[in-house]
Amino acid sequence: MRLSYREALNQAMCEEMERDPNVLLLGEEVGHYQGAYKVSQGMLQKFGEKRVIDTPIAEAGFVGVGVGAAMVGLRPIVELMTFNFSLVAIDQIINNAAKIRQMSGGQFKVPMVIRGAGGAAHQLGAQHSQSLEAMFCHVPGLKVVMPSTPADAKGLLKTAIRDDDPVIFIEGELLYGNQGEVPEGEHPIPLGKGDIKRAGSDCTIVCWSKMVHLALAAAEVLAKEGISVEVVDPRTLKPLDTELIFSSVAKTHRCVIVEEGWPFSGVGAEIAHRIQHAVFDELDAPIERVTAMDVPMPYALHLEELVVPTAPKVVAAVRRALYLAAPTA
Amino acid sequence: MNKSDQNAPTAQPENHEQQRALLGDLYRQMLLIRRVEEASAKAYAQGKIGGFLHLGIGQESVCVGAIAAARKTDYVVGTYREHGHYIAKGGSPKEVLAELYGKATGSSGGLGGSMHLFSQKNRFLGGYGIVGGHVPLAAGVAFASKYRDEDDVTLCFFGDGSVPQGALHEGLSLAGLWKLPIVFICENNQYSMGTPLYRTLAVEDVTERASGYALARDRFKGEDVLRVRERVGVAIERARKERQPTLIEVITYRFRGHSMSDPATYRTKEEVEEWKLRDPVPLARQRLLAEFAMPEDQLVSLEAAVKAEVQEAVRFAESSPPAEQESVWKHVYADPALDPRST
Ligand SMILES: Cc1ncc(C[n+]2csc(CCOP(=O)(O)OP(=O)(O)O)c2C)c(N)n1
Ligand SMILES: [Mg+2]
Repeated sequence: MRLSYREALNQAMCEEMERDPNVLLLGEEVGHYQGAYKVSQGMLQKFGEKRVIDTPIAEAGFVGVGVGAAMVGLRPIVELMTFNFSLVAIDQIINNAAKIRQMSGGQFKVPMVIRGAGGAAHQLGAQHSQSLEAMFCHVPGLKVVMPSTPADAKGLLKTAIRDDDPVIFIEGELLYGNQGEVPEGEHPIPLGKGDIKRAGSDCTIVCWSKMVHLALAAAEVLAKEGISVEVVDPRTLKPLDTELIFSSVAKTHRCVIVEEGWPFSGVGAEIAHRIQHAVFDELDAPIERVTAMDVPMPYALHLEELVVPTAPKVVAAVRRALYLAAPTA
Repeated sequence: MNKSDQNAPTAQPENHEQQRALLGDLYRQMLLIRRVEEASAKAYAQGKIGGFLHLGIGQESVCVGAIAAARKTDYVVGTYREHGHYIAKGGSPKEVLAELYGKATGSSGGLGGSMHLFSQKNRFLGGYGIVGGHVPLAAGVAFASKYRDEDDVTLCFFGDGSVPQGALHEGLSLAGLWKLPIVFICENNQYSMGTPLYRTLAVEDVTERASGYALARDRFKGEDVLRVRERVGVAIERARKERQPTLIEVITYRFRGHSMSDPATYRTKEEVEEWKLRDPVPLARQRLLAEFAMPEDQLVSLEAAVKAEVQEAVRFAESSPPAEQESVWKHVYADPALDPRST
């Protein structure tokens, strides 16, 4: 069936809430307003105020409530209007959610999903345009999921809700309207299992969430020049499907990693390290990265475009990896 | 009468003539802000402005009245709904519109956008996008005034929706503890995005929070710009002379949606229409005519001047050069040699 990314997320939540009475949704504007991005459309009407809960603007409070409720048996889905506001709740996420299982010697678990929009949209400025996945990946105890398509969004969210650990589930703010084919019925996707979004032989592009669409656009451009690109979408950043990445690189011998976040300590840095360590002899060129520029996001449209990854920047990086252009310094 | 009304001043400092001149000026400021925001809404609809655009249309009396009670050297810190505060603090419509257009001549050179207006020269310390996040920062500005033994006061504006936010409480807590020269002004427009106040706060009187933090308090309706000026003035003097911070709640209403993308279907047309009867801008005009016998033609020429100023500001924004590329990496660190493209 054809669904939008937002409808796919909605279905995943509804199906899990129908299956398990311990699953509930809380967050700002999720109920009466039907969701700031309309992901929870219709859910208040379907499940009532007991299970679809509008919260005040108190992220540390309601994320913390999610943690406590999860420790004693509920499975809360906490919606953050955007992940920029996770920073207000970061103590609850890092000091509590991520650590309780291990600090308690395995006595307690925190089965919760913290989900919401991430990444830049258009001209939202420095405080509302952040891609913070690297920060969450840095923290032991968290899992990090970033779907790029409606099918992945649904399959992964269902698995995340059933998972017994805290899952950071970052949705693409600009992906909500994207349409795609979603399998009928159950198709839970395991966390830690990637997907080849386009097969190719000359260069691997590792990318996730919105960046997959840039990479696919770049692959089209490069195909016209006779360059065959393989687009690898890990879908889950932590745990990471390194086997899939390694086998693709072993086939193409070249790799470009595209991420929307900042370069320093980025997810791409970790992936590049793992590739060079595991399949060093397979590489015919240095691994290239495309990231946001290492600056707070400017507001003006032409400056934003200068800062964020774009399809032409991905094309250029693939050319560098193929020694068709000068490599980066 | 609310018990916090005891904070109202008993005497008016100005005579009738001065009052008239004052109200005339406040009316002009409110009208200017309204017309600037209407112009920005139009430009937004035409796709000339991007991002989020939050308008304060309907709430102008709060920022204009409050800031009119302050000195030029006092500080103001605001939210993302801050075009009016910026202009009331002495900023020009040109700088605002150029910023919204992403132009080099904008208040932040096109880097900040609508939510992040700043003016060093006017002591306007910013619009901030994280709800409640600027409240401790405002307390810090007041802390610096006290530290340096200066008698400047900080005005910190925030919405009703930020009252549950932790950062706000920590800011209030420190201000009360350290007796900081600050006035906290909650612009209660009764909605945070689509959520009415009663679903956000168990105790709807925001100023009830004051006692726990040793803050003075005041609470009043905001449509009368002179009243706002008087009441905030009392709090400012208390902050300046006694280093006693105050928590003020002003009841107001936004006529537009939360942002340009919000159709505001969560409230009835009747409710909006009823509030429009208390629109602070025509209310001030009415008072000027009736109570202060200002000749109508004087008002008409003032209104024409405002219109011309806004038209000129739009032209300025449209014809200004785009934000400069180098500004993206020039303002990240103090040392211009430290280029973030190579850190
Ligand atoms: C910490 C945080 N959470 C959520 C948001 C998203 N958000 C922006 S404005 C807003 C409503 C704020 O309402 P209020 O404080 O009453 O101010 P108003 O918009 O009415 O001026 C929300 C939820 C945000 N910017 N920051
Ligand atoms: Mg409000």
